[in-house]
Formats: sequence, structure tokens, C-alpha cells
Amino acid sequence: MSDFTSNFWSVFVTAVTLVGIIACLVLLWVSGKAKAMTANDNTTGHVWDGDLREMNNPLPRWWVWLFIITVVFALIYLAMYPGLGNSPGKLNWSQQGQYEAEMVKGEKEVAPLYARFTAMSVQDMARDPQAMAIGERVFMNNCAQCHGSDARGSKGFPNLSDGDWLWGGAPEQIKESITKGRMGNMPPMAAAVGTPDDVKNVAHYVLSLSGSPHDSLRASLGKTKFGACAACHGMDGKGNPALGAPNLTDDTWLHGYGENAIVAMINNGKVNQMPAQEGKLSAAQIHVLSAYVWSRSGGNKVAAP
Amino acid sequence: MTESDPKSQKIIPIVAQAPASAVDADDAEMVSLYQAQQKIYPRSVSGLFSRWRWVFVWLTQLVFYGLPWLEWGQRQAVLFDLGARRFYIFGLVLYPQDFIYLTGLLVISALSLFLFTAVAGRLWCGYACPQTVYTEIFLWIEHRIEGDRSARMRLDAGPWSLNKLVRKGGKHGVWLAVALWTGYTFVGYFTPIKELGLEFIQWRMSSWEVFWVIFYGFATYGNAGFMREQVCKYMCPYARFQSAMFDKDTLIVTYDEARGEPRGARSRKADPAALKLCACVDCSLCVQVCPTGIDIRKGLQYECIGCGACADVCDTVMDKMGYARGLVKYSTQNAIKNKWTSAETWQHVFRPRVLVYTSILAGVCIAMLVSLALRTPFKVDVVRDRGVMARIVSGGMIENVYRLQIMNATESEQHYRITVSGLPGLSVASEEDVVVDSTQSRWVAVRVQLPYEGAASGTHPIHFEITARDSSAQLREKSVFLVPR
Repeated sequence: MSDFTSNFWSVFVTAVTLVGIIACLVLLWVSGKAKAMTANDNTTGHVWDGDLREMNNPLPRWWVWLFIITVVFALIYLAMYPGLGNSPGKLNWSQQGQYEAEMVKGEKEVAPLYARFTAMSVQDMARDPQAMAIGERVFMNNCAQCHGSDARGSKGFPNLSDGDWLWGGAPEQIKESITKGRMGNMPPMAAAVGTPDDVKNVAHYVLSLSGSPHDSLRASLGKTKFGACAACHGMDGKGNPALGAPNLTDDTWLHGYGENAIVAMINNGKVNQMPAQEGKLSAAQIHVLSAYVWSRSGGNKVAAP
Repeated sequence: MTESDPKSQKIIPIVAQAPASAVDADDAEMVSLYQAQQKIYPRSVSGLFSRWRWVFVWLTQLVFYGLPWLEWGQRQAVLFDLGARRFYIFGLVLYPQDFIYLTGLLVISALSLFLFTAVAGRLWCGYACPQTVYTEIFLWIEHRIEGDRSARMRLDAGPWSLNKLVRKGGKHGVWLAVALWTGYTFVGYFTPIKELGLEFIQWRMSSWEVFWVIFYGFATYGNAGFMREQVCKYMCPYARFQSAMFDKDTLIVTYDEARGEPRGARSRKADPAALKLCACVDCSLCVQVCPTGIDIRKGLQYECIGCGACADVCDTVMDKMGYARGLVKYSTQNAIKNKWTSAETWQHVFRPRVLVYTSILAGVCIAMLVSLALRTPFKVDVVRDRGVMARIVSGGMIENVYRLQIMNATESEQHYRITVSGLPGLSVASEEDVVVDSTQSRWVAVRVQLPYEGAASGTHPIHFEITARDSSAQLREKSVFLVPR
């Protein structure tokens, strides 16, 4: 609780505060007793610079009550709230406590809303405008930083709207990806593939898988070396969602397109992480978010009757 | 320091003009540093300026109490919905982004104050300020229940009796009713006033509504019933800076000293010349009617709120005496000094300062009206997506992502068409038509594509054009398109 290095400072601050308040009261009392002389022309009789006279313009007496009210307010405030050194005050108020109280209040308010969604399937939520509106806000606050506000991603950050999934696009798989995060690991494969020329050949074979422009001679040579990749990407290059190994036969180029990008990937590998959200978002929020992401991938079209 | 020539230092002499020992009891006295409030009992008055004040009381209060009850279509005509952050003023739907109009309104108010003050002093204070208006209403109630000045003074001085209890209780009861109704009306600008009535009947007003009704009501009750001139004298900043805006050609309520002095009581039939008296009959009515308790015959004072009550009452006295009106009147210091005629005085009132204020005020008013008239019924903010710089998508296109906030300032669902310009081949790849519900704002993600190598790498200025389908109103918003290396 205390930010003071020693208790002395707490006592010191308390003393300065209280003495200050008492001094204000003493000043009020003294000035209430004091009298000033006025001449009959309503000046105090003081003259400066030969002709500058001081007028007697007294403060209205009721104004004193404003001072007294502030003093009373200060004393009540200091008793109720932290202000006198280490004292936490009678209300035991703190910023942390207020934050927690408001979070609890906020969660209580949205609880019935989320309770309704928790009882719904992902498919049903995708058709519920309120669920989608909430999902969009959660997405914008937590996911759009990497995946873009249109969920189409960017280089290195997967496009969530194209129906092409590294780890599977079923609602449960999406929920798993959000909750636990994912760690995609492409190890450096240069040594396993062979010479730099072999690497280049494999790159052309990979290009050929998706029907992209390639050197067909190199591609046919590369095919023989593709076995090193097949453990994860499969012999047909269609990938493996269980490992997060991408499908190489489609036209999705998450980490860059072309011979150079593929060669670099084979040589250097890549670790790409989706962080786990379970600590940040509640299970109910993730449930709604999964439905939003699923609907963005075209899931709603699939589900539409 | 010690070597410096004392003669070279400026010496400010502090001299007691009348040394304490030499002052006799009549000349000076010891006074407290604080002044007890002396209750002022303004005598009721009728006349030209009083009628004008009542015109303004009716005008301002009809607007204030009446406006929240007006309907516009399906809703309250004037409603400031702070929760939803929409401000309805008849046909207008304003967003917090329209704050500039409030600024404009405040600039107009300030310039009007400058102008009126330069022309005729504290016109605002004397006729239209809520402090004056509510004090006038409360005084009227007081007058009805407790009687005029002398009756009120007798009642206050007398011992407590049933009569006093009933009259005082009745006065405060009516005052509180007016004050609470004022508070209720005030809250009615921020929460639909009819629903507020229903909430009140069903005893389920929210704590903030209750607080503001009581707070605003209490402020009205306290300021108009008790504080009165104390507000103008000690609390109001405008009172002080208006005084600083006077000059010698400003019309102020003045006493024509040359015509009035020497003053003295006399019979109506007496010849003033024989008594060596001038026009002022020293009836002290000008002091009795003054809501701030000053004597206008002492000249211009900061307490004077320019209400003209003294001018009204003096005219009635002059009429009774058969003298010319205008011993206390609106005039300027120069006019009094140079004995100008009314025409000459008015000529000097329209001086360059007044003309400059007038032209600036007219300019701001016209600018505001034009701006309101030409206002597009929607707003757009363009924000580049925070996650995506630029990406290459299939078809060899460079894609940038923007978030557009479209704010519909009409009360019907609107369709908007988004197009983009600024680079050859630039196009909107996402949906071009966007629907926004009535008075709602909506964020939409907009994808803009450019053919690969359609522009050099770097940033390029582009413009979004958003067109409302129904009104064909159009907005153009600037942004940039990034082409990666």
C-alpha cells in the first residue's frame, strides 16, 4: 500500500496537511476579528504614488462560509479517501479497487448476453447480427492488429477470410487456435534437400504444385528431392492441418511468392506464432470470436440453408 | 548594494493621507474586513424599461420552458442525448464532431455581448440574463404574497405570527415549485421530457436525473431568491469585463446632474427657482427600486446592472411634478458633459468600434448559416488499417486497407457508395455500397487495389469519394496509398 520509504514521511505528510488546514481556519478566524480603518470617502487612507488610493471593498461575509465549507469538505474527504500519508481512508478506496469493481460490474452486465451466446452453436451465432457485432468489436480490439481489420491478414499474418486454413477451419479448430495459440515451425531444410541447386529445383517443383509459372525441367528434378518435405507437407504437397503445414498446391503465399521467397524458406525455415488468447479473453468471448472468424471465412455461406 | 546611491532608487512614498491620530470619529471608523449582506427590498416599478424586461422574461422563458415539449416527427424537437452522443435540434442531427457549431454559437454570443455592451452598456444584465430574469420572476411572486417593499420590510421586522408564517411559507413553497419545475425542464433537454414525467410518476427516475433536477432547482432557488445582486456583484465575471468595455460614448443609465442638482424636497406647487432647487425632488425612489441597492445619482457604479428601473420610476415622479422626463435616462457620459441632443448622442453611439463589432458579428452569423445550409447530411473519417501496410494479393494487385467511419446524420437508413481516385487503375475491391442505419455511425473495412507496378514505391495521396445514394451529397476525404518496395 505505502509508497513511502519510511513511516516518517507518512507522518510528515499527514502533519503538513492537517497543520495547513488548521492554519486556514486560524487565518479565517483572525481576519474575522481584524478591523481596518476607513476614511469617510470609503478609502483606507493609504496613498501610493501621490494619488493612487486604496478603496475599501470588503469581501461579503457569506463568502467566509465557502471557505469553511471547503475546510469541512477537505476533512471529510481526507477521512474517507486516502490522503493522509499511509491512511487508506474509511472507504478503503483505491484505483485498483475501483477498476476491479467496474470490471465486475461490466461483466455482470454482459453476462446474460454472453450466456445466450454460450448456449448457441457457432453456426447459429454466425446468423445472429448481435453476436456478429460483438464478435467484430472483439476482433477489432484483439485480432485486427495482425490479421487486419478486414481479417485478410498481411505478409506473415494469415488471411482468415479465404477459407484456406493452416490448422483447420472447423469451428472447434478455430476456437483451439484462438484459445491456445499456434506455433508454426518450418525447420531449415537445405541440408536435407541437398545442394543449393537441388533447393532451387525443389522451389520450382513447389511453384509447379500450384500451377504457378515455373521451369518444368527444374521442377521435375526437384520432385525427386521433395521427399524431404513430404513428412509434413505430404507427398502430394497438400499440407497437414495437424502440424500447421501449409498446403503448397493452392495460390496462397503467406510468406512471399516466387522462387526467391521459397528458396529462402527452405534454407532458413521459419517460426511463426499465433499467441494464445485464453489469458486475455474469457471463454465466452472466444466462443463469440470463433463464430465471427468462422463467418468471415465464408463459413456462413456453407451453413446457409 | 550598500554603495548604491540612494537617490538613484525609485522611492515610492507611502503616506497615510489622514494619519490615524488626526482622524476624528466622524471622519473614519474601524470596520470589519467582511461586509454583512444588507437585504435589499426593491420596490416594484412600471414603465418603458420595465415593460421591455417583462417582454424578455416572457420570450426567454417561453423558449426555455416550452422548447422541450415540442415534437418533431416521432421525437422531441430539441434533445441533447448525451448517452448516445446525438444532438437533435429540429431537423438537424448533430454529432460530437459538429462541435464547431457550438464554438460558432459561443463566438456569436461573445460578439453580441461586445456589441450590445459597446452600444448600451449592460443590456444583457438588465434585461435577458437568467439571473435578472429569475430574480424578476421571484420578486413578482414575493410581491404577490408578501406585498410591496414597505409591507415586506414590516413583515421581516415584525415578530413571528401566523400571518408571517403563512406568507413566508407560501412564498418559499411557490419559489421551490418554480425552481423544481425549472430543474425538471433543464433535465428535459437531455432526457426525453415526457418519459421523464412518466418516470417521475412511477417513481423510477435515475439518480443522476434526480440529482440534476434538484441541483439546478436549488441553484435557481438560491440565486433568484437569496443571492440576487450578490451574484452580479461578487460572482459574475461578465459583470466585470463588461464594465471594462464601456467608453464615454456608451449609453448608460445616468443621472443628469446638471439638471438635478441641487436637489431637495418641495411641494408640487412651489417654484423651484425660488427655493434655489433644481429638478431632483430627492424622493429616493430611484434608490428604493434599485435591485442592487445603489444610488444612481452618485454616477456610474460597477454594481449597476443597467436595468433602467430608476429611469422608469423617476419619469413617473417627473410626470407627477409636471417636470420634463429624463432626469435619469439612457445617455452617454459625453452627451451629459457636452449637453448633446438625442440625435447627436445616437450619432456618436454608431462609432467605428460599434461598426467593426457589427460587421464581424454579421460575418460570423452568415458563415455559420451558410455552413449549416451547405452541410452534407453525413460525415466520413478515413483511418488507415493499423495492422496492414500493403499486401500483394492474387491477380498481381497491391492492396491497402482502410477503415471508414460513416456517420449518418439523417433519420432514415442511407446507402453510400465508396469510390477512390488519385492513381491510375486505383479501385475499391471491397463492397462499394454501404448501408448505415438512421442516425448511426458505422465502421467499414475498405480494400483498395492498384495494379502491380501501377505506381512507384512510396506513399501516394489519394481521395475517397463517398456519395449518398438518395441525396447525392458527396464528401471527399484525403488519405494515402502505400506501395511497398
